[in-house]
Amino acid sequence: MSDIKGTENKSTVAKDSDEKRVGVFVCECGVNIGGVVNTKAVAEYIGTLPGVKVTSVNKFTCSDSGQADIQSKIKEYNLNRVVVAACSPKTHEPTFRACIEQMGLNQYFLEFVNIRDHCSWIHMWEKEKATEKAKDLIRMGVERSKLLEPLQASEVPVTDKALVVGAGVAGMQSALDLADMGFQVYLVEKEPSIGGRMARFDKVFPTNDCSICILGPKMVEVARNKNIKIMSYSEVKAVDGYVGNFNVKIEHKPRYLDVTKCTGCAKCSEVCPVEVPYDFNEGFGTRKAIYVPFPQAVPLRAVLDKENCINCKACAKACQSGAINYDMQPSYTDLNVGVIIGAVGFKTYDPEPRHDFGYGLYDNIITAMEFERLLNAAGPTGGHVVRPSDCKEPIRVGFVNCVGSRDKATNIYCSGVCCMYTIKNAQLLKEKRPETDHTIMYMDIRTPFRGYEESYNRSRNLGVKFLRGRPVEVKEDPVTKNIKVRVEDTLAGEIRNLEFDLMVLATGIVPNEGIGQIQQLLKLSKAADGLLMEAHPKLKPVDTTIDGVFLAGCASGPKDIPYAVSQGSACASRATILLKNKKAITEGITAVVNPDVCVGCQVCIPMCPFQAIKMDEKEGRANVVKALCKGCGTCVTACPTGALEQSHFKNAQILAQVKNVFRFQEVAV
Amino acid sequence: MSAEVAAEIPKGNGWEPNILAFCCNWCSYAGADLAGVSRFQYPPTVRILRVMCSSRVEPAFILKALKDGADGVLVAGCHIGDCHYIDGNKNAEIRINNTKKALAKLGLDGRLRLEWISASEGLRFSEVIRDFTEEIKKLGENPVKEVKK
Ligand SMILES: Cc1cc2nc3c(=O)[nH]c(=O)nc-3n(C[C@H](O)[C@H](O)[C@H](O)COP(=O)(O)OP(=O)(O)OC[C@H]3O[C@@H](n4cnc5c(N)ncnc54)[C@H](O)[C@@H]3O)c2cc1C
Ligand code: SF4
Ligand code: SF4
Ligand code: FES
Repeated sequence: MSDIKGTENKSTVAKDSDEKRVGVFVCECGVNIGGVVNTKAVAEYIGTLPGVKVTSVNKFTCSDSGQADIQSKIKEYNLNRVVVAACSPKTHEPTFRACIEQMGLNQYFLEFVNIRDHCSWIHMWEKEKATEKAKDLIRMGVERSKLLEPLQASEVPVTDKALVVGAGVAGMQSALDLADMGFQVYLVEKEPSIGGRMARFDKVFPTNDCSICILGPKMVEVARNKNIKIMSYSEVKAVDGYVGNFNVKIEHKPRYLDVTKCTGCAKCSEVCPVEVPYDFNEGFGTRKAIYVPFPQAVPLRAVLDKENCINCKACAKACQSGAINYDMQPSYTDLNVGVIIGAVGFKTYDPEPRHDFGYGLYDNIITAMEFERLLNAAGPTGGHVVRPSDCKEPIRVGFVNCVGSRDKATNIYCSGVCCMYTIKNAQLLKEKRPETDHTIMYMDIRTPFRGYEESYNRSRNLGVKFLRGRPVEVKEDPVTKNIKVRVEDTLAGEIRNLEFDLMVLATGIVPNEGIGQIQQLLKLSKAADGLLMEAHPKLKPVDTTIDGVFLAGCASGPKDIPYAVSQGSACASRATILLKNKKAITEGITAVVNPDVCVGCQVCIPMCPFQAIKMDEKEGRANVVKALCKGCGTCVTACPTGALEQSHFKNAQILAQVKNVFRFQEVAV
Repeated sequence: MSAEVAAEIPKGNGWEPNILAFCCNWCSYAGADLAGVSRFQYPPTVRILRVMCSSRVEPAFILKALKDGADGVLVAGCHIGDCHYIDGNKNAEIRINNTKKALAKLGLDGRLRLEWISASEGLRFSEVIRDFTEEIKKLGENPVKEVKK
């Protein structure tokens, strides 16, 4: 580390306690900043600014030695403001706040300037301009720092209960782990049964064990756990509050039967005359208007689908428990929880609208999800894979990978699981019926993680053929209804014409319906793939930017089952830190009314999205309720008299930056 | 615009405008971070000032910036519906649109922009800066700024 300005004033103790004594710490971030910005020149320049008592350049300011440097300079130069010019405050603001607090400085006396993400990384080939920009950014920070005021972060109590939204394998894991640690968990699932996607598969890669055989017991465990309250066929309607203290409204959709009376015997379905395509089977086969979702459903209760019900009342007569109630209305539960885990999963890409690879035009092209149901012994055909046009068992089966994935026209990202499930599906059919012939048309085969490459090798040994290329033309033979494909074999460098009895599309992972609603209710961000965004892709993969809200499973990006389960456990562990400590720290940034200036005009009151401003009728002044204020500053901007200020973002603090961004204009302190 | 007209516009030799960008903490600031992490290069014309919400940006800040050396001001917030504070950005929209009208009367048309940039739109962030820089270049230097850099 090198001090650039270290000669001045060493011994002068701040006589006037109001004197602002700023130390500026410029980080090189290895070569991330130092390779572009001339940090030495920057520090030299910044050292000339009034109030700056010392500047220092470190290779890694966040390292132990970097932090020790800050702490020793605080002591040596009697600093009362610290400016760190480094990466993003989103990454390291808490680090340096804690660092200066240890030296007895209020943590809000730290000013963080971003000269990496907002400077060196985006001006990699304009070193001089990047250096000038870094000077400007730091100057803004120095001038702002002089006006920073001490604040107290506040501690809020945490209700030791958790809400898990979505009961797929990820959400179930979170719920079980939290319940086993002794916390009350509400598990909200929008479908009539818990289980998610995994409940529909026949077998799961890489070991090809029976899916429901491993999931079923877990579902039962969830149901039996006395700390878990399952709220199936229910949705989150409103979320209010903050970490430790979320108020959530749950809507229970009417099942049109009393679940306490229903035994799941399905006598009602037997008599119901209405048949509709069976959604659980991807539309293959039919179910009745009143039905038990599937044999292993939890809770094992029927549900009446009012849209298709013809009101014949046959089921009411058949039900021996007298459970049916046609007049049922939605009901609501209000919950108070300390943490929320979002595990709302995914849906598969729908190839129908674009007729990708002929899907929707030709009968004998199906999706992988449809194939999974056909393979399943409990599925619509008892485990016989048949082709839709004539219900015959196919011999030649073609698989197309990356449908709706890795394609500019649909989604550019890789869905991560399709290579593996295609390999699995080809294997499973080949094992059932060795006379079948399988060709997987792929772009790349991706098999990371334990047992995956082995599974790939196994399918090759079984005789599954791999052809690198994407079909360029798909046609149907009008007589046989076979699928004729023209595909470029990019390894052999030749066009091949192939004929299949059945073709299966490996459709990718896309955001679930309703993900936008969950995103808005929980105030989360979406990533570029449309799925929910984590706080940090590497270091905080299950946290979000909202304290107390966590994400597990495919809700935050494509994942396989082991990964989704790990995230479920990770969320439970992250959440436990709050639930067990029973308290959380929240930012001290709020709006404050200066009672001497406020004229009681009440302009601010309707501006606040959180109803945090109340009139003090006696005094005729507005008053901000700190516990409700979230510190957006909307009211501050609206106040016509300047009576409202936002702490840490006061007018003078912001103006100090504005005035000094393009030139130097020292502010009065 | 024809080439002749374009040539008329005082661009200076390689003149680079000064842009101040107010970014909300939750979406646009994070979007700018993502542009950085992704190394999406954009012109070094912009300086970012972080506010908690786009609704915190007062017209006075914008006027001050234009007086004190900015050629253009960008206010960036979350997409409508995504504001961390429910609808702060809707207030910002009203306020910024009014400020735009006031600026137009001062002959400062086109120097204030409002954009919604989410935390995942790093690419868009860089595109917005590039585009705004080009726009301001066409407009030339801000005539009312008191100090030229
Ligand atoms: C065809 C196919 C085959 C696959 N095969 C395998 C395999 O063999 N092995 C493997 O490891 N992985 C496989 N996968 C991946 C696997 O499906 C996922 O990893 C796993 O299902 C992710 O679990 P999850 O809990 O995150 O999501 P999901 O299983 O989708 O569960 C999410 C749950 O949340 C519920 N929900 C959604 N929105 C809401 C809401 N707003 N409110 C309340 N509840 C809501 C849903 O109804 C659902 O029950 C396969 C994927 C596909 C598409
Ligand atoms: S800062 Fe925002 S949350 Fe706080 S009182 Fe003002 S408008 Fe309400
Ligand atoms: S807008 Fe300002 S002056 Fe009017 S009541 Fe609110 S704080 Fe007081
Ligand atoms: S928090 Fe981004 S615009 Fe309000």
